[in-house]
Amino acid sequence: MSTDEIDVSTPAMLSFYRRLYPYKSIFNWLNHEHTPTRRFTHREFAFTLQGDVYLRYNSFATAEEMKKQVCMLNPTRFEIGPVYSARPRDKKTARPGAFVPVQRELVFDIDMTDYDPVRTCCSGADICRRCWSFISAAVRVLDNAIRDQYGYRHLLWVYSGRRGIHLWISDKEATDLTDEQRKAIVGWLSVIAPGIKEASKKLNFRGGHFTLPPSLRATLTHLSPIFVKLILEDQDCFGSTEGWETLLEYIHHAPLQATLRKLWSDDPTRSSVDKWGDIKSERRKKQGEKEFAIINAIMEDIIIQYTYPRLDAEVSKHRNHLLKAPFCIHPKTGRVCVPVDPSSIEEFDPSTVPTITQLLKELDALPVDTEESSAVHHADWEKTSLKPYVEMLDRHCMGLMEETRKVKRGAPGEKSLHRECRPQLMAPLNKI
Amino acid sequence: MFKAGNKAQTTSDLPQYGLEYPHRLNFYDRPPLFDVTLEEFEVAALDRLRILAEIESSGARNRSWDETKDVTNKQCDKFMPLHSNTAIHVDRDSERKRDVLGHFVLRLAFCRSDELRRRFVKAESTLFRIRYDGQSQVEREAFLQSRDFDWIAVSDAEKEQHSKELYDAYLVSGSYQVNKADREFNFKSEKFYKVRWTRVPDLIERRKVFLKAGWAYVPSREHSSIVFQEFEVCLQKALELTAKALPRLDEDTRLVPILSNLSQGFLAGMSSEWTSGTENGEDIRAEMVDELARKHYPMCMRYMHDNLRRDKHLKHFGRLQYGLFLKVLGLSIEEAIIFWRKSFSGKTDDEFNKQYKYNIRHSYGLEGKGVSYPARSCTQILMPTDKAEYVCPYKLFTPENLQTALLKSYSSQGLTSNDLPEVLNIVKAGHPHVACTRVFEITHASCGVKKGEGVGDGESVTHPNQYAALSIELEKTHREEDFDAMAIG
Ligand SMILES: [Zn+2]
Repeated sequence: MSTDEIDVSTPAMLSFYRRLYPYKSIFNWLNHEHTPTRRFTHREFAFTLQGDVYLRYNSFATAEEMKKQVCMLNPTRFEIGPVYSARPRDKKTARPGAFVPVQRELVFDIDMTDYDPVRTCCSGADICRRCWSFISAAVRVLDNAIRDQYGYRHLLWVYSGRRGIHLWISDKEATDLTDEQRKAIVGWLSVIAPGIKEASKKLNFRGGHFTLPPSLRATLTHLSPIFVKLILEDQDCFGSTEGWETLLEYIHHAPLQATLRKLWSDDPTRSSVDKWGDIKSERRKKQGEKEFAIINAIMEDIIIQYTYPRLDAEVSKHRNHLLKAPFCIHPKTGRVCVPVDPSSIEEFDPSTVPTITQLLKELDALPVDTEESSAVHHADWEKTSLKPYVEMLDRHCMGLMEETRKVKRGAPGEKSLHRECRPQLMAPLNKI
Repeated sequence: MFKAGNKAQTTSDLPQYGLEYPHRLNFYDRPPLFDVTLEEFEVAALDRLRILAEIESSGARNRSWDETKDVTNKQCDKFMPLHSNTAIHVDRDSERKRDVLGHFVLRLAFCRSDELRRRFVKAESTLFRIRYDGQSQVEREAFLQSRDFDWIAVSDAEKEQHSKELYDAYLVSGSYQVNKADREFNFKSEKFYKVRWTRVPDLIERRKVFLKAGWAYVPSREHSSIVFQEFEVCLQKALELTAKALPRLDEDTRLVPILSNLSQGFLAGMSSEWTSGTENGEDIRAEMVDELARKHYPMCMRYMHDNLRRDKHLKHFGRLQYGLFLKVLGLSIEEAIIFWRKSFSGKTDDEFNKQYKYNIRHSYGLEGKGVSYPARSCTQILMPTDKAEYVCPYKLFTPENLQTALLKSYSSQGLTSNDLPEVLNIVKAGHPHVACTRVFEITHASCGVKKGEGVGDGESVTHPNQYAALSIELEKTHREEDFDAMAIG
């Protein structure tokens, strides 16, 4: 759908906020239970209004109040921040030091632009089905790593509306992380630093004896088939001279590099699959020698370099970072930022995500039923193609609420994992 | 080796020597509940503060970890010795009580702002690390057993189940061992413990451990990571709680001045008192002062003395500050009166007796309340006051003026313009007392003082009298050494 068909005008946005935005689901997702808690009431919302006016530190007592305010301000989009120690709207009157972030979902942001050095089909803001495979590979790898290594279970993946994807993790331990701990998990998960001229960088995640850290070893088993399909067969990353010259820069092994350069300059028709085969057969020649391990390590590093998820580290490191709320409309594409099921991420096609124009048309096409249209509007999403996405969020919320009920019943849930230091004050003063 | 899971039920199998505080290391979980006098309260805190201040200036002076350890250990031996359990002839419990007391008093002084808390946690954690490093294996294990660190031992079956991953993580994090058999042997005998990953963020960030379902599998050689992290987190929380309770504590008016003096001292980078024994030092006569000033004064007193000579006068505040310095330097009350009389050569005897003599006698405790006032420390001299002209010159002067003054005052003592950039850089970095210390080192190089030694054991200058007394002392020993050399030669 081309942009001239997209209507993100003020009246269209207002209809969307009035009739379609799923406030109740968003409330449940942030709040983890039906009665409002600090998780919701002390939560920051930041609005971007028409004309790029930025309004920070909004907060709401209930989902209804949120809806009222959103409809009144009619923002182009809004972002969700942390839970603070006081209500954000009371920030100005809070005692200094009494307004600090205390909780926040652990979030990750993956953006297609960070893949420009390795994708050949598009560049910049453009995106197609083919390069979306980079994002789906990243989702697959991160989703697995976080569930398996960190043990988190409440992961919500949200399409950013254009060329990226966000991850929100709502497990209790994850929302309680300090900035230092967030920095640590980012360090653990980041292998490729986006934006750096990569070829000049020697990858540095191995220990002595070419050992790969166990987390990367596990990830590599996911990445290898993706590498063949996406990098070699689909994107043909090493087809062009520029492409294979870049590849050679990763081969920190002078004799091998020289052999391959000769081979590939002599025969420019060799495809990426052929070239990867050439490296493999060079490796085979060294079977049983020390060189074999060296070449093997180089190959593994290349697979990681070309397919490992590229994270925007700054988004994840700080509790008080703001991230666009799910179900907002992307102002350029008009697409809704919908939740995405990671288990079928490969089938997800961004171009099939409903746009605001399409949804409003669907509403207009509804048979006019005076009795019903005068009734509550907020269930209108059920009659549109937004329905499966809202239901996906609702299922996610049920998991969170079940967790809350378990903790309240005193079951040995997550809580027992958190230990407390119980510091004591100086007591002897009256004894002096 | 380490107790796992449940809290240690019994004390360690090691002999406890019947001590109330069975370990030198302490997490300071329990506040001191014994009676103390106000003096013990203050002295324990001041002694600890010296050590922490020196740890801070180690950072400012870019000392290596080994140097920092060395300097700190010497300071600890001097001001806050903590003997091991085997030193049965020492009253180890009372040493440990002082350690606990000093720590808790400083918590009260340093919980007051984010900045103070941050610096205190950093310095205390460094002190803890240094002590932890200095423990014998036996002591360390006894200490680790005494506290519930909530780590879970990885059973042999579980180790076997994840053996490939654990071995890889072990190789990635370990030092380079060439011999494969050794590596495998070490791994076989290695004991792993599980903790939530949030407790070892440093190990996570550098991918040093195997991680499964949020549990970090930590080999015993990385245990200190858990211990240090725990120490920092607990102390940080304790300080925040203390800060909340502080309004209640502040009602004790006896403590408020002591506590605020302590925190100001720390902000200025040092403890606030200097009491080593020059008060009973050698007698100094009025006519000796000019030469002493030239050879042994720190910049602040040198500046004061030069002004007095130039103007034949010093204003009240300057007289007080310089007078107390001279008193501690060893000028008797009689000599002091002679000195000031001669210095104020523009005044008549009558004017002098009426306007100045009382104040001089007062500062010696011979008038008024009879209190003998201590000389002002660097902390006090560094504090911004409305008497700006008496603030530490390293802090007060512009870089240009400081250069000129340094060359004028110290070029006869061996300071050259080549030394200026270094000194000025230290000033620029916000450490005036470290700059003063560096000048001391430069101007006493001929007496054998080396860079980094400071005023002994790497300490920084904390008091003008300390500077002067040591300078005089160094000259004396140096002269004696020369004399010995000549006699032998
Ligand atoms: Zn594309």
